[in-house]
Amino acid sequence: MGQFLQMVFPLDLITLPFMFHALLSGTVVAILSGLVGFFVILRGSSFVAHVLPKAGFAGAAGAVLLDINPLVGLVVFALGGALSIGMLGKRGRHDVVTALTLVVALGTGALFLTLNEHYATGAYALLFGQLVGVSLSQVLDTVVLGLVCVLILGVLYRPLLFASIMRDSAEARGISSRKLEMAFLIVVGLATAVTVPVVGALLSFSLMIGPAATARYLTRRPGTSLVCSVAIAILTIWAALVLGYDTSWPIGFFVSSISALLYGVVRVGASLQQRRVAGKTDAHVHPLDGVVGQK
Amino acid sequence: MQVEHVLELNDIVVQFGQRTVLDHIDVAIEAGEFVGLIGPNGAGKTTLLRVILGLLSPNHGEVRVDGKSVRKRNRAIGYVPQKIHLDPDTPLRGRDLVGLGLDGHRFGVPLPSRKRRARIDEVLEAVDALRFADAPVGRLSGGEQQRLLIAQALLTDPKILLLDEPLSNLDIRSAHEVVRLVGRLGKERGIAVILVAHDMNPLLGHMDKVLYLAEGHAAMGEVDAVIQSEVLSRLYGYEVEVLRVRGRVLVVGGRDEEADVVDLLGGFHCGDHEDVMNS
Ligand SMILES: Nc1ncnc2c1ncn2[C@@H]1O[C@H](COP(=O)(O)OP(=O)(O)OP(=O)(O)O)[C@@H](O)[C@H]1O
Ligand SMILES: [Mg+2]
Repeated sequence: MGQFLQMVFPLDLITLPFMFHALLSGTVVAILSGLVGFFVILRGSSFVAHVLPKAGFAGAAGAVLLDINPLVGLVVFALGGALSIGMLGKRGRHDVVTALTLVVALGTGALFLTLNEHYATGAYALLFGQLVGVSLSQVLDTVVLGLVCVLILGVLYRPLLFASIMRDSAEARGISSRKLEMAFLIVVGLATAVTVPVVGALLSFSLMIGPAATARYLTRRPGTSLVCSVAIAILTIWAALVLGYDTSWPIGFFVSSISALLYGVVRVGASLQQRRVAGKTDAHVHPLDGVVGQK
Repeated sequence: MQVEHVLELNDIVVQFGQRTVLDHIDVAIEAGEFVGLIGPNGAGKTTLLRVILGLLSPNHGEVRVDGKSVRKRNRAIGYVPQKIHLDPDTPLRGRDLVGLGLDGHRFGVPLPSRKRRARIDEVLEAVDALRFADAPVGRLSGGEQQRLLIAQALLTDPKILLLDEPLSNLDIRSAHEVVRLVGRLGKERGIAVILVAHDMNPLLGHMDKVLYLAEGHAAMGEVDAVIQSEVLSRLYGYEVEVLRVRGRVLVVGGRDEEADVVDLLGGFHCGDHEDVMNS
Protein backbone atom coordinates (compact mmCIF):
# COMPACT_ATOMS: atom_id res chain seq x y z
CA MET A 1 0.00 0.00 0.00
CA GLY A 2 2.67 2.43 1.10
CA GLN A 3 4.73 1.44 -1.87
CA PHE A 4 1.82 1.99 -4.20
CA LEU A 5 1.18 5.44 -2.74
CA GLN A 6 4.83 6.25 -3.05
CA MET A 7 4.60 5.30 -6.71
CA VAL A 8 1.51 7.39 -7.49
CA PHE A 9 2.45 10.28 -5.27
CA PRO A 10 6.10 10.41 -4.31
CA LEU A 11 6.31 12.85 -1.41
CA ASP A 12 9.28 14.66 -2.86
CA LEU A 13 6.92 15.67 -5.66
CA ILE A 14 6.02 18.70 -3.59
CA THR A 15 9.62 19.77 -3.46
CA LEU A 16 9.69 20.07 -7.22
CA PRO A 17 9.15 23.81 -7.72
CA PHE A 18 6.73 23.50 -10.63
CA MET A 19 4.66 20.91 -8.77
CA PHE A 20 4.64 23.06 -5.68
CA HIS A 21 3.45 26.04 -7.73
CA ALA A 22 0.80 23.96 -9.44
CA LEU A 23 -0.51 22.56 -6.16
CA LEU A 24 -0.58 26.01 -4.60
CA SER A 25 -2.45 27.73 -7.40
CA GLY A 26 -4.59 24.64 -7.85
CA THR A 27 -5.69 24.90 -4.23
CA VAL A 28 -6.59 28.57 -4.58
CA VAL A 29 -8.50 27.80 -7.76
CA ALA A 30 -10.34 24.95 -6.07
CA ILE A 31 -11.40 27.05 -3.08
CA LEU A 32 -12.70 29.69 -5.42
CA SER A 33 -14.47 27.25 -7.73
CA GLY A 34 -16.14 25.51 -4.81
CA LEU A 35 -17.48 28.79 -3.42
CA VAL A 36 -18.54 30.31 -6.72
CA GLY A 37 -20.05 27.03 -7.90
CA PHE A 38 -22.40 26.93 -4.91
CA PHE A 39 -23.99 30.20 -6.01
CA VAL A 40 -23.79 29.39 -9.72
CA ILE A 41 -25.98 26.32 -9.15
CA LEU A 42 -28.28 28.10 -6.72
CA ARG A 43 -28.89 30.84 -9.28
CA GLY A 44 -29.14 28.45 -12.20
CA SER A 45 -26.36 30.19 -14.11
CA SER A 46 -24.30 27.17 -15.16
CA PHE A 47 -24.42 28.37 -18.74
CA VAL A 48 -22.63 31.58 -17.76
CA ALA A 49 -19.97 29.55 -15.96
CA HIS A 50 -19.57 27.51 -19.12
CA VAL A 51 -19.18 30.51 -21.42
CA LEU A 52 -16.85 32.83 -19.49
CA PRO A 53 -13.80 30.51 -19.67
CA LYS A 54 -14.11 30.53 -23.46
CA ALA A 55 -14.16 34.33 -23.42
CA GLY A 56 -11.09 34.22 -21.18
CA PHE A 57 -9.39 31.87 -23.61
CA ALA A 58 -9.91 34.30 -26.48
CA GLY A 59 -8.49 37.07 -24.30
CA ALA A 60 -5.41 35.06 -23.45
CA ALA A 61 -4.82 34.23 -27.11
CA GLY A 62 -5.12 37.94 -27.91
CA ALA A 63 -2.70 38.86 -25.14
CA VAL A 64 -0.11 36.43 -26.48
CA LEU A 65 -0.53 38.00 -29.91
CA LEU A 66 0.17 41.44 -28.41
CA ASP A 67 2.99 39.96 -26.35
CA ILE A 68 1.56 40.87 -22.94
CA ASN A 69 0.81 38.76 -19.86
CA PRO A 70 -1.89 36.22 -20.84
CA LEU A 71 -3.54 36.66 -17.44
CA VAL A 72 -4.31 40.27 -18.40
CA GLY A 73 -6.08 39.09 -21.53
CA LEU A 74 -7.91 36.43 -19.52
CA VAL A 75 -9.13 38.91 -16.91
CA VAL A 76 -10.15 41.55 -19.45
CA PHE A 77 -12.13 39.17 -21.63
CA ALA A 78 -13.70 37.15 -18.84
CA LEU A 79 -14.75 40.34 -17.06
CA GLY A 80 -15.92 41.89 -20.32
CA GLY A 81 -18.04 38.83 -21.00
CA ALA A 82 -19.45 38.89 -17.47
CA LEU A 83 -20.31 42.57 -17.65
CA SER A 84 -21.97 42.34 -21.05
CA ILE A 85 -24.02 39.35 -19.94
CA GLY A 86 -25.06 41.25 -16.81
CA MET A 87 -25.91 44.48 -18.57
CA LEU A 88 -27.73 43.05 -21.57
CA GLY A 89 -29.61 40.35 -19.67
CA LYS A 90 -33.08 41.16 -18.40
CA ARG A 91 -34.32 40.44 -14.90
CA GLY A 92 -32.11 37.45 -14.33
CA ARG A 93 -32.77 35.96 -17.76
CA HIS A 94 -29.65 35.99 -19.85
CA ASP A 95 -29.38 32.79 -21.83
CA VAL A 96 -29.59 34.58 -25.19
CA VAL A 97 -26.87 37.15 -24.47
CA THR A 98 -24.78 34.40 -22.91
CA ALA A 99 -25.03 32.34 -26.09
CA LEU A 100 -24.06 35.38 -28.16
CA THR A 101 -21.07 36.00 -25.87
CA LEU A 102 -19.98 32.42 -26.44
CA VAL A 103 -20.14 32.77 -30.20
CA VAL A 104 -18.24 36.05 -30.22
CA ALA A 105 -15.61 34.64 -27.85
CA LEU A 106 -15.01 31.51 -29.90
CA GLY A 107 -14.87 33.56 -33.09
CA THR A 108 -12.27 36.01 -31.82
CA GLY A 109 -10.35 33.18 -30.19
CA ALA A 110 -10.13 31.39 -33.54
CA LEU A 111 -8.96 34.57 -35.23
CA PHE A 112 -6.25 35.28 -32.64
CA LEU A 113 -4.97 31.73 -32.89
CA THR A 114 -4.75 31.89 -36.66
CA LEU A 115 -2.91 35.20 -36.58
CA ASN A 116 -0.36 33.74 -34.19
CA GLU A 117 1.20 30.79 -35.95
CA HIS A 118 3.67 29.73 -33.28
CA TYR A 119 1.22 29.52 -30.43
CA ALA A 120 -0.14 26.01 -30.89
CA THR A 121 1.35 24.44 -27.74
CA GLY A 122 0.41 27.44 -25.60
CA ALA A 123 -3.10 27.25 -26.92
CA TYR A 124 -3.26 23.56 -26.13
CA ALA A 125 -2.26 24.28 -22.53
CA LEU A 126 -4.86 27.02 -22.26
CA LEU A 127 -7.56 24.76 -23.58
CA PHE A 128 -6.81 21.67 -21.54
CA GLY A 129 -4.82 22.93 -18.56
CA GLN A 130 -1.13 22.62 -17.83
CA LEU A 131 1.04 21.37 -15.05
CA VAL A 132 4.49 22.60 -15.87
CA GLY A 133 5.61 26.15 -16.38
CA VAL A 134 3.53 27.82 -13.66
CA SER A 135 5.91 30.50 -12.41
CA LEU A 136 5.99 31.90 -8.90
CA SER A 137 4.72 35.27 -10.09
CA GLN A 138 1.77 33.52 -11.74
CA VAL A 139 1.06 31.79 -8.46
CA LEU A 140 1.09 35.13 -6.67
CA ASP A 141 -1.30 36.62 -9.24
CA THR A 142 -3.63 33.69 -8.62
CA VAL A 143 -3.45 34.07 -4.86
CA VAL A 144 -4.17 37.80 -4.96
CA LEU A 145 -7.10 37.53 -7.39
CA GLY A 146 -8.42 34.55 -5.47
CA LEU A 147 -8.32 36.43 -2.17
CA VAL A 148 -10.19 39.36 -3.71
CA CYS A 149 -12.95 37.02 -4.92
CA VAL A 150 -13.25 35.17 -1.62
CA LEU A 151 -13.48 38.48 0.19
CA ILE A 152 -16.23 39.78 -2.08
CA LEU A 153 -18.18 36.54 -1.72
CA GLY A 154 -17.80 36.65 2.05
CA VAL A 155 -19.21 40.16 2.20
CA LEU A 156 -22.08 39.43 -0.20
CA TYR A 157 -22.91 36.00 1.22
CA ARG A 158 -26.22 36.75 2.91
CA PRO A 159 -27.80 39.18 0.43
CA LEU A 160 -26.66 37.00 -2.45
CA LEU A 161 -28.24 33.93 -0.86
CA PHE A 162 -31.42 35.87 -0.15
CA ALA A 163 -31.73 37.37 -3.64
CA SER A 164 -30.85 34.08 -5.34
CA ILE A 165 -33.64 32.26 -3.55
CA MET A 166 -36.36 34.90 -3.41
CA ARG A 167 -35.71 37.91 -5.53
CA ASP A 168 -38.87 39.89 -4.79
CA SER A 169 -38.69 39.50 -1.04
CA ALA A 170 -35.03 40.50 -1.09
CA GLU A 171 -35.84 43.61 -3.09
CA ALA A 172 -38.66 44.43 -0.72
CA ARG A 173 -36.03 44.38 2.03
CA GLY A 174 -33.92 46.93 0.21
CA ILE A 175 -31.50 44.64 -1.61
CA SER A 176 -30.71 45.70 -5.16
CA SER A 177 -30.73 42.41 -7.00
CA ARG A 178 -29.41 44.11 -10.11
CA LYS A 179 -26.24 45.38 -8.41
CA LEU A 180 -25.79 42.06 -6.66
CA GLU A 181 -26.03 40.23 -9.93
CA MET A 182 -23.37 42.44 -11.51
CA ALA A 183 -21.07 41.95 -8.53
CA PHE A 184 -21.58 38.20 -8.69
CA LEU A 185 -20.89 38.05 -12.42
CA ILE A 186 -17.67 39.99 -11.87
CA VAL A 187 -16.61 37.41 -9.29
CA VAL A 188 -17.42 34.58 -11.69
CA GLY A 189 -15.35 36.36 -14.35
CA LEU A 190 -12.35 36.77 -12.04
CA ALA A 191 -12.63 33.22 -10.76
CA THR A 192 -12.70 32.03 -14.34
CA ALA A 193 -9.59 34.00 -15.19
CA VAL A 194 -7.55 32.29 -12.48
CA THR A 195 -8.99 28.84 -13.14
CA VAL A 196 -8.36 28.67 -16.87
CA PRO A 197 -4.52 28.58 -16.75
CA VAL A 198 -4.58 25.60 -14.39
CA VAL A 199 -7.52 23.51 -15.56
CA GLY A 200 -7.96 24.79 -19.10
CA ALA A 201 -10.74 26.77 -20.75
CA LEU A 202 -12.68 23.82 -22.11
CA LEU A 203 -13.11 21.99 -18.83
CA SER A 204 -12.59 24.55 -16.08
CA PHE A 205 -16.28 24.92 -15.45
CA SER A 206 -16.45 21.27 -14.45
CA LEU A 207 -14.55 22.31 -11.33
CA MET A 208 -17.19 24.95 -10.61
CA ILE A 209 -20.22 22.76 -11.21
CA GLY A 210 -19.11 19.26 -10.21
CA PRO A 211 -18.09 19.71 -6.56
CA ALA A 212 -20.92 22.14 -5.78
CA ALA A 213 -23.47 19.79 -7.35
CA THR A 214 -22.05 16.84 -5.43
CA ALA A 215 -22.16 18.76 -2.15
CA ARG A 216 -25.91 19.23 -2.52
CA TYR A 217 -26.39 15.53 -1.90
CA LEU A 218 -24.29 15.55 1.25
CA THR A 219 -26.03 18.13 3.40
CA ARG A 220 -29.08 20.28 3.66
CA ARG A 221 -27.37 23.27 5.26
CA PRO A 222 -26.10 26.10 3.07
CA GLY A 223 -22.93 26.69 5.11
CA THR A 224 -22.01 23.01 5.30
CA SER A 225 -22.74 22.66 1.61
CA LEU A 226 -20.26 25.45 0.85
CA VAL A 227 -17.59 23.78 2.95
CA CYS A 228 -18.21 20.37 1.32
CA SER A 229 -18.11 21.94 -2.10
CA VAL A 230 -14.71 23.53 -1.40
CA ALA A 231 -13.33 20.33 0.12
CA ILE A 232 -14.42 18.23 -2.85
CA ALA A 233 -12.95 20.76 -5.28
CA ILE A 234 -9.59 20.71 -3.46
CA LEU A 235 -9.47 16.90 -3.42
CA THR A 236 -10.39 16.83 -7.10
CA ILE A 237 -7.68 19.22 -8.17
CA TRP A 238 -4.98 17.58 -6.05
CA ALA A 239 -5.82 14.18 -7.47
CA ALA A 240 -5.92 15.63 -10.97
CA LEU A 241 -2.53 17.33 -10.60
CA VAL A 242 -0.83 14.22 -9.25
CA LEU A 243 -2.41 11.95 -11.87
CA GLY A 244 -1.52 14.51 -14.52
CA TYR A 245 2.09 14.34 -13.37
CA ASP A 246 2.09 10.53 -13.40
CA THR A 247 0.54 10.17 -16.83
CA SER A 248 1.26 13.55 -18.46
CA TRP A 249 -2.34 13.51 -19.64
CA PRO A 250 -4.20 16.85 -19.56
CA ILE A 251 -5.27 18.18 -16.14
CA GLY A 252 -8.66 19.11 -17.56
CA PHE A 253 -9.35 15.48 -18.38
CA PHE A 254 -8.72 14.39 -14.80
CA VAL A 255 -10.62 17.25 -13.23
CA SER A 256 -13.71 16.64 -15.31
CA SER A 257 -13.71 12.86 -14.99
CA ILE A 258 -13.05 12.91 -11.24
CA SER A 259 -15.84 15.47 -10.66
CA ALA A 260 -18.26 13.48 -12.77
CA LEU A 261 -17.33 10.26 -11.02
CA LEU A 262 -17.74 11.74 -7.55
CA TYR A 263 -21.06 13.26 -8.53
CA GLY A 264 -22.29 9.94 -9.87
CA VAL A 265 -21.22 7.94 -6.85
CA VAL A 266 -22.66 10.38 -4.31
CA ARG A 267 -25.91 10.73 -6.20
CA VAL A 268 -26.45 7.00 -6.49
CA GLY A 269 -25.55 6.63 -2.82
CA ALA A 270 -28.03 9.35 -1.88
CA SER A 271 -30.90 7.77 -3.78
CA LEU A 272 -30.17 4.33 -2.35
CA GLN A 273 -30.08 5.81 1.13
CA GLN A 274 -33.30 7.70 0.50
CA ARG A 275 -35.10 4.57 -0.63
CA ARG A 276 -34.04 2.86 2.54
CA VAL A 277 -35.06 5.77 4.73
CA ALA A 278 -38.37 6.31 2.90
CA GLY A 279 -39.38 2.78 3.81
CA LYS A 280 -38.95 3.51 7.49
CA THR A 281 -39.96 7.07 8.28
CA ASP A 282 -41.44 10.18 6.70
CA ALA A 283 -40.01 11.80 3.61
CA HIS A 284 -38.56 14.82 5.39
CA VAL A 285 -35.54 12.92 6.56
CA HIS A 286 -32.51 13.83 4.53
CA PRO A 287 -31.00 10.89 2.65
CA LEU A 288 -27.51 11.20 4.05
CA ASP A 289 -28.32 12.26 7.58
CA GLY A 290 -26.74 9.27 9.22
CA VAL A 291 -23.87 9.14 6.79
CA VAL A 292 -22.61 12.69 7.23
CA GLY A 293 -23.47 12.61 10.86
CA GLN A 294 -25.08 15.99 11.44
CA LYS A 295 -26.86 16.82 14.63
CA MET B 1 -61.33 62.82 15.84
CA GLN B 2 -59.69 60.89 13.07
CA VAL B 3 -58.80 57.22 13.43
CA GLU B 4 -55.09 56.45 13.19
CA HIS B 5 -54.49 54.54 10.01
CA VAL B 6 -51.45 52.33 9.77
CA LEU B 7 -51.57 52.45 5.98
CA GLU B 8 -52.97 55.14 3.71
CA LEU B 9 -52.90 55.27 -0.04
CA ASN B 10 -53.80 58.70 -1.31
CA ASP B 11 -54.91 59.18 -4.87
CA ILE B 12 -52.57 56.57 -6.36
CA VAL B 13 -52.24 56.51 -10.14
CA VAL B 14 -50.11 53.95 -11.96
CA GLN B 15 -49.76 53.89 -15.72
CA PHE B 16 -47.88 51.49 -17.92
CA GLY B 17 -47.49 53.27 -21.23
CA GLN B 18 -50.96 54.35 -22.30
CA ARG B 19 -52.67 51.98 -19.90
CA THR B 20 -53.88 53.22 -16.54
CA VAL B 21 -53.74 50.23 -14.24
CA LEU B 22 -54.58 52.06 -11.01
CA ASP B 23 -56.82 55.07 -11.48
CA HIS B 24 -56.92 57.37 -8.44
CA ILE B 25 -57.01 54.76 -5.69
CA ASP B 26 -57.65 55.79 -2.07
CA VAL B 27 -57.31 53.23 0.67
CA ALA B 28 -57.00 53.51 4.45
CA ILE B 29 -56.35 50.55 6.71
CA GLU B 30 -56.29 50.39 10.50
CA ALA B 31 -53.91 48.44 12.70
CA GLY B 32 -54.91 44.79 13.05
CA GLU B 33 -57.37 44.92 10.20
CA PHE B 34 -57.60 41.93 7.84
CA VAL B 35 -58.28 43.09 4.30
CA GLY B 36 -58.90 40.78 1.37
CA LEU B 37 -57.71 42.30 -1.88
CA ILE B 38 -59.89 40.76 -4.55
CA GLY B 39 -60.08 41.31 -8.28
CA PRO B 40 -59.91 39.61 -11.67
CA ASN B 41 -56.63 38.86 -13.49
CA GLY B 42 -54.79 42.00 -14.49
CA ALA B 43 -56.82 44.21 -12.15
CA GLY B 44 -53.62 45.58 -10.64
CA LYS B 45 -53.49 43.70 -7.34
CA THR B 46 -49.82 42.87 -7.59
CA THR B 47 -49.13 46.37 -8.87
CA LEU B 48 -50.82 47.83 -5.79
CA LEU B 49 -48.68 45.65 -3.50
CA ARG B 50 -45.54 46.73 -5.34
CA VAL B 51 -46.49 50.36 -4.81
CA ILE B 52 -46.99 49.78 -1.08
CA LEU B 53 -43.65 47.96 -0.87
CA GLY B 54 -41.87 50.82 -2.58
CA LEU B 55 -40.76 48.62 -5.47
CA LEU B 56 -42.74 50.74 -7.90
CA SER B 57 -43.18 54.47 -7.61
CA PRO B 58 -46.65 55.57 -8.66
CA ASN B 59 -47.16 58.22 -11.35
CA HIS B 60 -49.19 60.17 -8.83
CA GLY B 61 -50.20 59.96 -5.20
CA GLU B 62 -48.49 58.92 -2.00
CA VAL B 63 -48.21 56.01 0.39
CA ARG B 64 -48.32 56.74 4.11
CA VAL B 65 -47.27 54.22 6.72
CA ASP B 66 -48.07 55.21 10.29
CA GLY B 67 -48.89 58.70 9.11
CA LYS B 68 -45.48 59.22 7.51
CA SER B 69 -45.04 59.45 3.79
CA VAL B 70 -42.77 56.69 2.49
CA ARG B 71 -40.96 56.42 -0.77
CA LYS B 72 -38.34 53.83 -0.06
CA ARG B 73 -38.60 50.30 1.17
CA ASN B 74 -39.88 50.01 4.66
CA ARG B 75 -39.12 47.55 7.42
CA ALA B 76 -42.60 48.01 8.83
CA ILE B 77 -43.96 46.08 5.87
CA GLY B 78 -43.63 42.32 5.65
CA TYR B 79 -43.99 40.68 2.29
CA VAL B 80 -44.99 37.09 1.54
CA PRO B 81 -44.40 36.12 -2.09
CA GLN B 82 -46.75 33.71 -3.79
CA LYS B 83 -44.35 30.83 -4.15
CA ILE B 84 -40.68 30.08 -4.16
CA HIS B 85 -39.15 27.91 -6.80
CA LEU B 86 -36.46 25.71 -5.34
CA ASP B 87 -35.40 22.34 -6.53
CA PRO B 88 -35.65 19.51 -4.02
CA ASP B 89 -31.91 19.24 -3.47
CA THR B 90 -31.32 22.89 -2.63
CA PRO B 91 -29.25 22.90 0.55
CA LEU B 92 -31.55 25.08 2.59
CA ARG B 93 -33.57 24.13 5.64
CA GLY B 94 -36.79 25.75 6.67
CA ARG B 95 -35.05 27.66 9.43
CA ASP B 96 -32.38 28.93 7.03
CA LEU B 97 -35.10 30.33 4.81
CA VAL B 98 -36.83 31.96 7.75
CA GLY B 99 -33.53 33.35 9.05
CA LEU B 100 -33.11 35.33 5.86
CA GLY B 101 -35.99 37.46 7.07
CA LEU B 102 -33.98 38.40 10.14
CA ASP B 103 -30.65 39.36 8.64
CA GLY B 104 -30.65 38.33 4.96
CA HIS B 105 -30.17 41.95 3.91
CA ARG B 106 -26.98 42.38 5.96
CA PHE B 107 -23.52 41.88 4.57
CA GLY B 108 -21.29 39.07 5.72
CA VAL B 109 -21.87 35.55 6.95
CA PRO B 110 -24.51 34.75 9.61
CA LEU B 111 -23.01 33.85 12.95
CA PRO B 112 -25.05 31.38 14.95
CA SER B 113 -26.12 32.72 18.31
CA ARG B 114 -28.58 31.65 20.93
CA LYS B 115 -30.57 34.84 20.49
CA ARG B 116 -30.82 34.42 16.73
CA ARG B 117 -31.99 30.86 17.12
CA ALA B 118 -34.53 31.81 19.75
CA ARG B 119 -36.06 34.50 17.55
CA ILE B 120 -36.31 32.12 14.62
CA ASP B 121 -37.83 29.42 16.81
CA GLU B 122 -40.36 31.91 18.14
CA VAL B 123 -41.79 32.72 14.69
CA LEU B 124 -41.55 29.10 13.60
CA GLU B 125 -43.69 28.20 16.56
CA ALA B 126 -46.11 31.05 15.85
CA VAL B 127 -46.85 29.58 12.41
CA ASP B 128 -46.72 26.00 13.69
CA ALA B 129 -43.74 25.10 11.52
CA LEU B 130 -41.31 23.71 14.09
CA ARG B 131 -42.12 20.19 12.92
CA PHE B 132 -40.53 20.67 9.52
CA ALA B 133 -38.08 23.48 10.35
CA ASP B 134 -35.07 21.26 9.68
CA ALA B 135 -36.32 19.68 6.46
CA PRO B 136 -35.00 20.87 3.09
CA VAL B 137 -37.34 23.62 1.89
CA GLY B 138 -37.46 22.32 -1.66
CA ARG B 139 -39.12 19.11 -0.50
CA LEU B 140 -41.88 20.71 1.58
CA SER B 141 -45.47 20.99 0.39
CA GLY B 142 -46.93 24.28 -0.82
CA GLY B 143 -48.77 24.82 2.46
CA GLU B 144 -45.68 24.13 4.54
CA GLN B 145 -43.59 26.50 2.43
CA GLN B 146 -46.30 29.13 2.81
CA ARG B 147 -46.03 28.92 6.59
CA LEU B 148 -42.27 29.38 6.40
CA LEU B 149 -42.67 32.41 4.17
CA ILE B 150 -45.12 33.93 6.64
CA ALA B 151 -42.69 33.22 9.49
CA GLN B 152 -39.93 34.91 7.52
CA ALA B 153 -42.05 38.02 7.03
CA LEU B 154 -42.92 38.11 10.76
CA LEU B 155 -39.29 38.37 11.82
CA THR B 156 -39.05 42.10 11.24
CA ASP B 157 -42.06 42.74 13.50
CA PRO B 158 -43.99 44.32 10.66
CA LYS B 159 -47.00 46.57 11.17
CA ILE B 160 -48.36 45.54 7.81
CA LEU B 161 -48.26 42.13 6.18
CA LEU B 162 -48.77 41.81 2.44
CA LEU B 163 -49.52 38.40 0.95
CA ASP B 164 -49.74 38.00 -2.82
CA GLU B 165 -52.04 35.11 -3.69
CA PRO B 166 -50.84 32.84 -0.89
CA LEU B 167 -53.74 30.47 -1.49
CA SER B 168 -53.39 29.88 -5.20
CA ASN B 169 -51.35 26.67 -4.95
CA LEU B 170 -53.09 25.25 -1.93
CA ASP B 171 -55.87 22.74 -1.59
CA ILE B 172 -59.02 23.90 0.17
CA ARG B 173 -57.99 22.63 3.58
CA SER B 174 -54.51 24.18 3.55
CA ALA B 175 -56.00 27.39 2.21
CA HIS B 176 -58.36 27.58 5.18
CA GLU B 177 -55.51 26.84 7.57
CA VAL B 178 -53.35 29.61 6.11
CA VAL B 179 -56.23 32.10 6.24
CA ARG B 180 -56.97 31.20 9.84
CA LEU B 181 -53.29 31.47 10.73
CA VAL B 182 -52.89 34.87 9.12
CA GLY B 183 -56.08 36.13 10.73
CA ARG B 184 -54.95 34.97 14.16
CA LEU B 185 -51.45 36.46 13.81
CA GLY B 186 -52.91 39.76 12.67
CA LYS B 187 -55.20 39.98 15.70
CA GLU B 188 -52.60 38.77 18.21
CA ARG B 189 -49.86 41.06 17.03
CA GLY B 190 -51.92 44.00 15.81
CA ILE B 191 -50.66 43.57 12.27
CA ALA B 192 -52.73 44.91 9.40
CA VAL B 193 -53.01 42.21 6.74
CA ILE B 194 -53.63 42.61 3.04
CA LEU B 195 -54.19 39.24 1.43
CA VAL B 196 -54.57 39.01 -2.34
CA ALA B 197 -56.94 36.34 -3.61
CA HIS B 198 -58.89 35.57 -6.75
CA ASP B 199 -61.67 33.87 -4.90
CA MET B 200 -62.99 35.59 -1.81
CA ASN B 201 -64.81 32.57 -0.45
CA PRO B 202 -62.01 31.12 1.67
CA LEU B 203 -61.72 34.55 3.29
CA LEU B 204 -65.39 34.97 4.21
CA GLY B 205 -65.78 35.08 7.96
CA HIS B 206 -62.10 35.89 8.47
CA MET B 207 -61.56 39.19 6.71
CA ASP B 208 -62.73 42.43 8.25
CA LYS B 209 -62.97 44.26 4.98
CA VAL B 210 -62.77 43.61 1.30
CA LEU B 211 -60.82 45.79 -1.11
CA TYR B 212 -62.24 45.09 -4.51
CA LEU B 213 -60.22 46.12 -7.55
CA ALA B 214 -61.55 46.18 -11.10
CA GLU B 215 -60.83 48.23 -14.20
CA GLY B 216 -58.46 50.46 -12.27
CA HIS B 217 -61.02 51.39 -9.62
CA ALA B 218 -61.32 50.26 -6.04
CA ALA B 219 -64.10 49.82 -3.53
CA MET B 220 -63.41 49.04 0.09
CA GLY B 221 -65.63 48.23 3.03
CA GLU B 222 -67.41 45.44 4.83
CA VAL B 223 -68.02 42.42 2.64
CA ASP B 224 -71.80 42.82 2.62
CA ALA B 225 -71.58 46.49 1.67
CA VAL B 226 -69.10 46.05 -1.19
CA ILE B 227 -70.09 42.73 -2.69
CA GLN B 228 -73.31 44.06 -4.16
CA SER B 229 -74.41 44.00 -7.76
CA GLU B 230 -74.66 47.82 -7.98
CA VAL B 231 -71.28 48.50 -6.37
CA LEU B 232 -69.38 46.02 -8.51
CA SER B 233 -71.23 47.04 -11.66
CA ARG B 234 -70.06 50.60 -11.06
CA LEU B 235 -66.46 49.35 -10.65
CA TYR B 236 -66.47 47.20 -13.75
CA GLY B 237 -68.31 49.82 -15.75
CA TYR B 238 -70.76 47.21 -16.96
CA GLU B 239 -73.43 45.07 -15.46
CA VAL B 240 -72.29 42.28 -13.15
CA GLU B 241 -74.33 40.28 -10.74
CA VAL B 242 -73.53 38.92 -7.31
CA LEU B 243 -74.95 35.52 -6.56
CA ARG B 244 -75.02 34.06 -3.09
CA VAL B 245 -75.27 30.32 -3.00
CA ARG B 246 -75.16 28.34 0.24
CA GLY B 247 -73.20 31.03 1.99
CA ARG B 248 -70.75 31.41 -0.85
CA VAL B 249 -70.36 34.35 -3.17
CA LEU B 250 -70.10 34.26 -6.94
CA VAL B 251 -69.65 37.28 -9.16
CA VAL B 252 -70.91 36.76 -12.69
CA GLY B 253 -70.95 39.00 -15.74
CA GLY B 254 -74.02 40.29 -17.54
CA ARG B 255 -77.76 39.75 -17.15
CA ASP B 256 -77.97 38.22 -20.61
CA GLU B 257 -80.20 35.16 -20.27
CA GLU B 258 -78.63 33.42 -23.26
CA ALA B 259 -75.05 33.98 -22.22
CA ASP B 260 -73.12 31.47 -20.20
CA VAL B 261 -72.37 32.36 -16.66
CA VAL B 262 -69.01 34.08 -16.78
CA ASP B 263 -67.03 33.66 -13.65
CA LEU B 264 -65.16 36.90 -13.31
CA LEU B 265 -63.17 35.73 -10.38
CA GLY B 266 -61.98 32.46 -11.83
CA GLY B 267 -62.04 31.07 -8.35
CA PHE B 268 -64.77 28.50 -8.79
CA HIS B 269 -64.15 25.01 -9.97
CA CYS B 270 -66.34 23.17 -12.40
CA GLY B 271 -68.23 21.44 -9.68
CA ASP B 272 -69.18 24.73 -8.07
CA HIS B 273 -70.30 26.04 -11.41
CA GLU B 274 -72.70 23.21 -11.90
CA ASP B 275 -74.01 23.79 -8.41
CA VAL B 276 -74.90 27.31 -9.40
CA MET B 277 -76.56 26.28 -12.62
CA ASN B 278 -78.63 23.57 -10.99
CA SER B 279 -79.84 25.42 -7.98
N1 LIG C 1 -43.93 46.35 -15.51
C1 LIG C 1 -45.04 46.38 -16.24
N2 LIG C 1 -45.03 46.92 -17.48
C2 LIG C 1 -46.15 46.96 -18.23
N3 LIG C 1 -47.33 46.52 -17.83
C3 LIG C 1 -47.43 45.98 -16.61
C4 LIG C 1 -46.29 45.88 -15.76
N4 LIG C 1 -46.67 45.29 -14.60
C5 LIG C 1 -47.99 45.05 -14.73
N5 LIG C 1 -48.44 45.45 -15.93
C6 LIG C 1 -49.83 45.36 -16.38
O1 LIG C 1 -50.64 45.89 -15.39
C7 LIG C 1 -51.83 45.14 -15.28
C8 LIG C 1 -52.04 44.75 -13.83
O2 LIG C 1 -51.06 43.78 -13.50
P1 LIG C 1 -51.03 43.07 -12.09
O3 LIG C 1 -49.93 42.12 -12.14
O4 LIG C 1 -51.01 44.12 -11.04
O5 LIG C 1 -52.43 42.34 -12.07
P2 LIG C 1 -53.00 41.36 -10.96
O6 LIG C 1 -54.26 41.95 -10.46
O7 LIG C 1 -51.96 41.05 -9.96
O8 LIG C 1 -53.33 40.09 -11.86
P3 LIG C 1 -53.21 38.54 -11.50
O9 LIG C 1 -54.47 38.17 -10.82
O10 LIG C 1 -53.14 37.90 -12.85
O11 LIG C 1 -51.99 38.34 -10.69
C9 LIG C 1 -51.71 43.97 -16.21
O12 LIG C 1 -52.49 44.23 -17.35
C10 LIG C 1 -50.25 43.94 -16.57
O13 LIG C 1 -50.11 43.54 -17.90
MG1 LIG D 1 -50.83 39.30 -9.37
